[in-house]
Amino acid sequence: MQFPESWLRALVNPPLSTDELCHLLTMAGLEVEENRPASADFSSVVVARVLSVEKHPDADKLKLCKVDTGEHGVLQIVCGAPNVAADMVVPCALVGAKLPGIEIKKAKVRGIESFGMLCSARELGLSDDHGGLLPLPVDAPIGQNIRAYLGLDDNLITLKLTPNRADCLSLVGIAREVAALTGAPLTLPQATPVAASIQDTRAIVLDAPAVCPRYCGRIVRGVNAKAPTPEWMKRRIERCGVRSISALVDVTNYVMLELGQPLHAFDDAELQGAIHVRLPRPGEQLLLLNEQTVTPTADTALIADEARALALAGIMGGEHSGINDATTDLFLECAFFAPEAIAGKARALGFSSDASYRYERGVDFELQRSAIERATQLILDICGGQPGPVVEAAEPAHLPLRAPVRLRMSRAAKVIGIGLAHDQIEKLVAGLGFPYERKADELVVTPPSHRFDIAIEEDLIEEIARLHGYDNIPAPPPTARVEMMPLPEARRTPMQARRLLAERGYHEVVNYSFVEAAWEADFAANAAPIRLANPIASQMGVMRSSLIGGLVGALVGNLKRQAERVRLFELGRCFLPEAAMADGTGHRQPLRIAALAAGPALSEQWGAPTRNADFYDVKGDLEALFAPRNLRFERVNHPALHPGRAATVLLDGVTLGVIGEIHPRWHQKYELTAPAVVFEVDLAALLAAPLPAYREASRFPAVTRDIALVLPQQCAVQELQDALRAAAPAYVREIRLFDVYQGKGIAPESKSLAFRVVMQDTQKTLADDDADTAVAQLLQVATERFGAVLRG
Amino acid sequence: MHDLEKLITQATADFAAATELARLEEVKAAYLGKDGSLTALLKGLGKLPAEERKTAGAAINVAKTRVETALAERREALRAAQLEAQLAAEALDVTLPGRGQGRGTLHPVTRTLDRIEQLFRSIGFAVADGPEIETDWHNFTALNTPEKHPARSMHDTFYLLDAAGQVREDILLRTHTSPVQIRSMLAHVEQHKHLDVMPELRVICPGRVYRVDSDATHSPMFHQVEGLWVGANVSFADLKGVVADFLRRFFESDDLKVRFRPSFFPFTEPSAEIDVAFMSGPMEGRWLEIAGCGMVHPNVLRFGGVDPEKYTGFAFGMGPDRLTMLRYGINDLRLFYDGDLRFLSQFQ
Repeated sequence: MQFPESWLRALVNPPLSTDELCHLLTMAGLEVEENRPASADFSSVVVARVLSVEKHPDADKLKLCKVDTGEHGVLQIVCGAPNVAADMVVPCALVGAKLPGIEIKKAKVRGIESFGMLCSARELGLSDDHGGLLPLPVDAPIGQNIRAYLGLDDNLITLKLTPNRADCLSLVGIAREVAALTGAPLTLPQATPVAASIQDTRAIVLDAPAVCPRYCGRIVRGVNAKAPTPEWMKRRIERCGVRSISALVDVTNYVMLELGQPLHAFDDAELQGAIHVRLPRPGEQLLLLNEQTVTPTADTALIADEARALALAGIMGGEHSGINDATTDLFLECAFFAPEAIAGKARALGFSSDASYRYERGVDFELQRSAIERATQLILDICGGQPGPVVEAAEPAHLPLRAPVRLRMSRAAKVIGIGLAHDQIEKLVAGLGFPYERKADELVVTPPSHRFDIAIEEDLIEEIARLHGYDNIPAPPPTARVEMMPLPEARRTPMQARRLLAERGYHEVVNYSFVEAAWEADFAANAAPIRLANPIASQMGVMRSSLIGGLVGALVGNLKRQAERVRLFELGRCFLPEAAMADGTGHRQPLRIAALAAGPALSEQWGAPTRNADFYDVKGDLEALFAPRNLRFERVNHPALHPGRAATVLLDGVTLGVIGEIHPRWHQKYELTAPAVVFEVDLAALLAAPLPAYREASRFPAVTRDIALVLPQQCAVQELQDALRAAAPAYVREIRLFDVYQGKGIAPESKSLAFRVVMQDTQKTLADDDADTAVAQLLQVATERFGAVLRG
Repeated sequence: MHDLEKLITQATADFAAATELARLEEVKAAYLGKDGSLTALLKGLGKLPAEERKTAGAAINVAKTRVETALAERREALRAAQLEAQLAAEALDVTLPGRGQGRGTLHPVTRTLDRIEQLFRSIGFAVADGPEIETDWHNFTALNTPEKHPARSMHDTFYLLDAAGQVREDILLRTHTSPVQIRSMLAHVEQHKHLDVMPELRVICPGRVYRVDSDATHSPMFHQVEGLWVGANVSFADLKGVVADFLRRFFESDDLKVRFRPSFFPFTEPSAEIDVAFMSGPMEGRWLEIAGCGMVHPNVLRFGGVDPEKYTGFAFGMGPDRLTMLRYGINDLRLFYDGDLRFLSQFQ
C-alpha cells in the first residue's frame, strides 16, 4: 500500500516528523517498506504566464519570450520548446534556481539576454516527458512556487502490510491506527447522504447470500463521463500508484483508497432488469475488463442482470458492461463479499485485482452505504448527473459475526510477561476505540466491523502488546529448571561424521533435493522418479532418491572451473515412495551421507608421487567413518558404477549403501576427465558407535610368522580372511594382509597375498610348535578351500 | 724429567694431528698401548734403584694422566666434530611444505547450524528433525493456516505429482520448519501423558525448506531453524530475552541492536519480526530482517495436543543462510548451493 504522506496528514496530523511517523507505523506492525520524496529536489521555480513570443533574430529554433512571474516581475527568457505560446501558463525557473543536474544563471543565448528557463516535466524531474513545456492550468496562480502549487513537498510511503491488517488498506484505516497510537484527532471525510433527484432504481437479488450478504446499488443519470478529473484527486490516486483513467473510474478508485471499499460502475444502458449476485450456470463464460475470457468455477459468484453475466463478483468487472467516455447513465455497485468466498479465486485465474485483494482479506461490512454516498457526491461534483435512491439488499444472517471477546487482564500480563496494571490495559483497549465492558479482571470487547483479526483473547493480547510497544517489553534471560542434557556416548552426531570427512580432505556441499530426471535414471536406475508439479526449472524436476547425481553434478561444475582434485561430500535426505509411513507423508526420507573423490589422491606436492584417487582410497575413508565397526563389502552391479569396481556396503548383514567407481559409460556424457569414486550410505547406521571394549594386553611375548600364498585372481580377500580367522587357534591375535603382488614370478591369473600372523597367549609364552601348528592349520584351509599354493 | 715433558708435548701434538677417531686410536697405542712409550717407561721402573723408583713412578703416572686427559679431550673434540658434520649433512629445508593432504571444509551454513545448535543446547534446547516432504496438515492446517487462508499465498509451495501425473494435494515440500513444532509437541505430549504436569518442551529444528522462488536473495531450497519453548509460564518477554541473547552471542557482538516489531504469522499471536542492526561494518546502522517469532497460537497448541489454558509457548523461525551471509560477508545466496570449491574451501 503506497500513499502520499500529505493525504494521511489531512486525516490525522500528529506532531511527528516524517521519519518519526514512519518509525511509529513500523513499530506498530505496519512496516514502512519505503519512504521517498514525491519529486526530485529543486528550488526557485514559479508559476508563470507567457505574455508574448517572438522569433529569435539569430536562431531559427529559438524564441524570445516575455514572461510574467508575478512578484518576480516580467522577464525576458529565450526558449527552445516547440509548444511555447502566448498566454500559456508554465513553470519558470528563476535565475539562481537549482534544478536536477543544473543551476540557472543569467545567460546570453545567441546574443540575447535570458533571465531564467521555462521548464518541461522532465527538467523538473516530474516525469520523462520532454516533448515541450509542462502546461499548467490557465487559472494557476502566477508567481506561486511550483512546489507548493503542485504539492511536491510530499513523501510517498509504502507499507508492507501483513494479511491480517486489511483494515489498513485505506487512508482512513491507516489514519485510525495513527490516531490510536498517538491520540491525535481524526478528521474523517464527509459522507452525508445524497438525496435522490430521480426515482430510477434496479432491484437487487442476493441469490448467493453466503458470498454476498450486502449489496448497495444506485443509478446516476446524465453524467458527463468526459469531465476531467480534478488535479487534487488525480495527484492523490497517482501518488498511491493508481493510474488516472477517467473521472468516473478515478472516483471509484479514490473512494477505495480513501475508505477501503471497492466500487464498480456499470454502464446502466447495458443492463437489463434486476441485478443478481448468483453462482454461474454450467459452462457460463465472461469476458473480463482485462480482456481475459474466463469460465468461472461453480463456487465463483457472478454479478449478472436478467440477460447475462456482468462481472466476477468482488474480483473484476466485465468488458461489455463497463463505463466509457460515451456513458451517460451509470449503475454504481458497492457491496460486501465474504473473504472466504473470494480468497484464492483471482490467484487461480492468474491475476490479482485491487478489489479481490481487499475482499479476500476483509472489507468493513458496514461501510457500503456511506461509501456509495461518498462516491455519489464526488461524481456529482465532478461529472454532474441526477442520482436515484440507494437500493440496499442485505442478508444479515450471512454477515460476519462480531462476537464479544473475553480478555482476562491477568492473563494478558502473564502472556506478555510484564506487570501491566488493569487500568493500563483498559486504557490501551479504550484507545483502540473498540466497544468494551469491564467486569472485574475481565474486559469484554466487541471487535469493530473493520477488524477481521480479532476473534480470540490472544488477538486482544497482541493489540495490547502492540500498543504498549514491543520496545517497552523487557528482554531478561528467562529462568528454567537446570537439568543436564546428556548425549549418549554410544551415539555419534551427524556433525561428527561431517567433521571426520572434512578432516580427510572432503569439502561439504549442499545440493538441491530436486534434480534432473536424467540423474535419477543414470545414477539411481530410477525410471519413475517423484515428480514436482511446479518445478522452478526442468532440470530441477524430480526429487532425488540418491545423493550421487548431485555429487557428480558438483564435480562436473568444478571440472569446468578447472579444478583438478575434487573431494566432496553431502549429508542430506533422499526421497522414496512408501505408502505406509507412520508420519503420514507417504515417503521414506532417509538421511544419507555420500562422498566423491576424483583426480589426484593427494594434491600435487614435492614429497609424494602423483596418482589418482582410486577405489581403495575412498574405501579407506568410508572404513574410517565407521570405525571401530567393521564394514563388509560384496560385489554388485549398480547403474552408476563400474561393474568390476562396485560393492554394496554391509554392516552386521544389513545393506547400508554402495561404493564404487563411476561407470566409464558416464564419462563422456558428463565430461569427466578422471575416474571418480563415490560412496553413499545411510546415516542412521553410522550414528551408532559402540563403547570401546577393553581387553587386557598379554604379558607374554608375541610370535610372528609371515606366509605368502599364491591364489587365483578372482579369490576375494574378505572371504579368505574370514576362513583363516575361523580356522585359527585362539592364540592367533591377528592375521594381517601386508602385501598383494602380481607380475613377474607369479603365474598369470594369479596373485600373491602375504599375511603376517601374530600369535600371543595371555597365559604362557608360545613355543615354536604352537606357531607351527597354527600356520599349518591356516595353510590347510587356504589350500583346500581356496586353491592356494605356498609361495616359495 | 725433561724427557717426560717432551713426550707429553709430542703425544698432544700427535693427537691433534689425528683428524679421525680411528687414527686417534692408532696414535694412542703408540703411547698408552701394550708397546707404547709410556707403558715402556712404567715397565722400566723395576730396573731403577728403589729410592728413585718412587719419584720416577709418580712422575710417569702424572705424565700418563696428562696424556690420557689430552687423549680424552681430543677424542671428545673429534666426536663433537663428527656429530657436527653429521648434523650439518642432515639439515633440512624446514621451510619446505609438509607432506600429506590438507583438510576439507564444512559448508558455511553447516558451521552456522552447528553454532546455533550449540548455543541453544547450552540453555537446554534439544534438536529435533522432521520430514521434508510434509503433509499439508502439518505444514499449514495444524499451523492455523486452513486452506484458502490468504497467508498460504505468502508461501509459494512446491507440490508433487502422483504416479498418474495428478497434483497431490495432501503432501508438499515443506515451506518452513514450523511443522516440526507440531510433530515435537505431539511426541512430547505422548511421552509424558502419564504425568499431571508435562515437563517443559524446549527444542530447535534445523533443516531444509522449499519455496518457488529464485534470484540473488532467494533460493528454491534454503535452510531454517525453528525454535519452540512450551511450558506453564512462558511469556513474550522470555521470547525476547532468548532470541536477543542468541543473536548477540551468535554475532559475538554486545552492541548489536535487536528490535522486535509487530507482524503477522497465522501460527503465532502476538507475532513479531526480528530486525538486527550492526554498529560497524558494511551494514552499519541498517535494520535487517532476521527472523519471525511469536507466542504459539492457541489453535496450534491444541493441534499439538497441548492445552492452551495450562501452557503457553513461544516459537521462532530464522534463516541460517541469512545469518551466515551476514556473519561472513557473503553477498549472493546462490553460492551456498553451487558446490564451487573456490567458495567452499575458504571456510576452513
